[in-house]
Amino acid sequence: MKKRYSKFQGMKINPSRFHPSQIPFYSFLLPFSLLMLLPIIFIFNHAFKPIGELFAFPPRFFVRQPTFDNFVELARITSSSGVPFSRYIVNSLLVTIVGVTFSILITSLSAYGLSKLKFKGKKLLFEINTLALMFVPIAVQIPRYLIIARMGLIDTYLGHILPVVILPVAMFLLKQFIDQTPNELIESAKIDGASEMEIFFKIIFPIILPAIATVGILSFQVLWNDTSTSILYIDDESKRTLAFFMMSLTSLQGNTVAGQGMAAAASLIMFIPNLVLFIFLQSRVMNTMAHSGIK
Amino acid sequence: MIKRMNGPAWFIVPYWSLFLIFIILPVIAAIYLSFTYFNAIQTPRFVGINNYIELITTDTVFMQYVLSNTLRFALIVGPFGYIMAFLLAWMLAQVPAVPRTILAIILYSPSLTMGVAMAAMWRIIFSGDANGYLNAILLSNNLILEPLQFLQSPEYLMTIMIVVSLWSSMGVGFLAMLAGVLNIDQTLYEAAYVDGLKNRTQEILYITLPSMKPQLLFGAVMAVVSTFQAGMIGVQLAGSNPTPQYAGQLIVNHIEDFGFIRYMMGYAAAVSVVLLIIVYAISKVTFKVLGDKS
Repeated sequence: MKKRYSKFQGMKINPSRFHPSQIPFYSFLLPFSLLMLLPIIFIFNHAFKPIGELFAFPPRFFVRQPTFDNFVELARITSSSGVPFSRYIVNSLLVTIVGVTFSILITSLSAYGLSKLKFKGKKLLFEINTLALMFVPIAVQIPRYLIIARMGLIDTYLGHILPVVILPVAMFLLKQFIDQTPNELIESAKIDGASEMEIFFKIIFPIILPAIATVGILSFQVLWNDTSTSILYIDDESKRTLAFFMMSLTSLQGNTVAGQGMAAAASLIMFIPNLVLFIFLQSRVMNTMAHSGIK
Repeated sequence: MIKRMNGPAWFIVPYWSLFLIFIILPVIAAIYLSFTYFNAIQTPRFVGINNYIELITTDTVFMQYVLSNTLRFALIVGPFGYIMAFLLAWMLAQVPAVPRTILAIILYSPSLTMGVAMAAMWRIIFSGDANGYLNAILLSNNLILEPLQFLQSPEYLMTIMIVVSLWSSMGVGFLAMLAGVLNIDQTLYEAAYVDGLKNRTQEILYITLPSMKPQLLFGAVMAVVSTFQAGMIGVQLAGSNPTPQYAGQLIVNHIEDFGFIRYMMGYAAAVSVVLLIIVYAISKVTFKVLGDKS
């Protein structure tokens, strides 16, 4: 009997330790991940190369004498309209912090409403939201521009924030997550006389923190990396964001060798916050993704 | 104040009013504008289905390059990225937690900046002079005699766009599928072995895929949307719209070209509507295909 089982040793999900049967997976995953990682290692090295190494022929992959020259140069250079580098950073931080907070708040309120409250049409709203998962914002940039212009949001910070904080994916994930929370908690709080809003903030919000972290990371990525709002809705150079500045700088200078170091430094500055945030929150994100299915 | 907030409106109105303004209204406006001539200065003038007729009959750039480029790009990046995401998730689920987490972060990280910040880096690697990274490697190994204009030549641009997009395609859908495999009940497999399940292929087809169907659907929608959303990559790599000889011109670039460069907004809106229909149709087909499997 025993022999027949061991002939085919199948899938073992989430093994607790190494086993020789995992070797085939490692032998693909390790080289493949290294390949995926190469461009990122490259950008790290390139950003710290002194000018001499940037010009070296044949070019070297790894930096020999790392310097901060590229970052210093990046901070020194100012755009044609003379907006200081720090201004772009402040703009980006302001837009990202306000935007992420706002996005988390309105998305979680709606998700709770659609999950736990009783009212007409909530099924329909959720279906519309699921349909909107297929929405490609870039397709309707023109009518969006016209609407934003009509609302008087051109050249305002709200123009950076409002158009991008509605993320149907985030609402979808959050609603699915709240569906898993037990109704008894809500019922007993109601008996104690709590209002729906109190229940949401005091009971539900702490429970759904993993999903909140996921919404936060998704909206952070949109807000921090977005260049389209700066290009389309903002004419005032001093209100544009870091992502836009980095992009315009690198497309102007990226083709010259001297500009390459700066372009690499700029890419790194944009990339690092995304990475650090994800590393910190990854276990919560994975926890949320378990409920991501479309049924 | 909070003590009296009981009605659903407190929860629903903020998100859904913005949803109405920035998602539903633009779609309706695009449909309306697509039937007009509109140059952003005068009021839109109704022209019936002229824009659509023009798109099909006289816009040679659209029919010759843009449409076929978009389909080629989407049909390679979408399915390949999707299958890759599943296979990687499937393998990752079968190694212990610590290496899995590290590898998942590595695979996911290219998608973090959604390509934008990374375009600069790719331009360094594929730069057209002898100091361009790839050129230098090829030159010093005597594989080529003079530097190739990777990003400015129609032969290479599309391939590079596809490679870069695939590189950054392990996004939210990939994470969802990884979570999906990890949450399959291990006893399902054990029961199947007793029933005579013979090999890996059977295991994937009869247990793994059916058990994570909801995540597969979610991953598929994400793959379709992110593929079309990645359309700007060609312009970012080549540094110009239109891209050299329209080699990397996708529908989203065509919309931008007509809308914001030529100010033919009615026409651009018609192209937008066509794009929305394509995305919707592809998503529907995907749902059908994945739905039939179980």
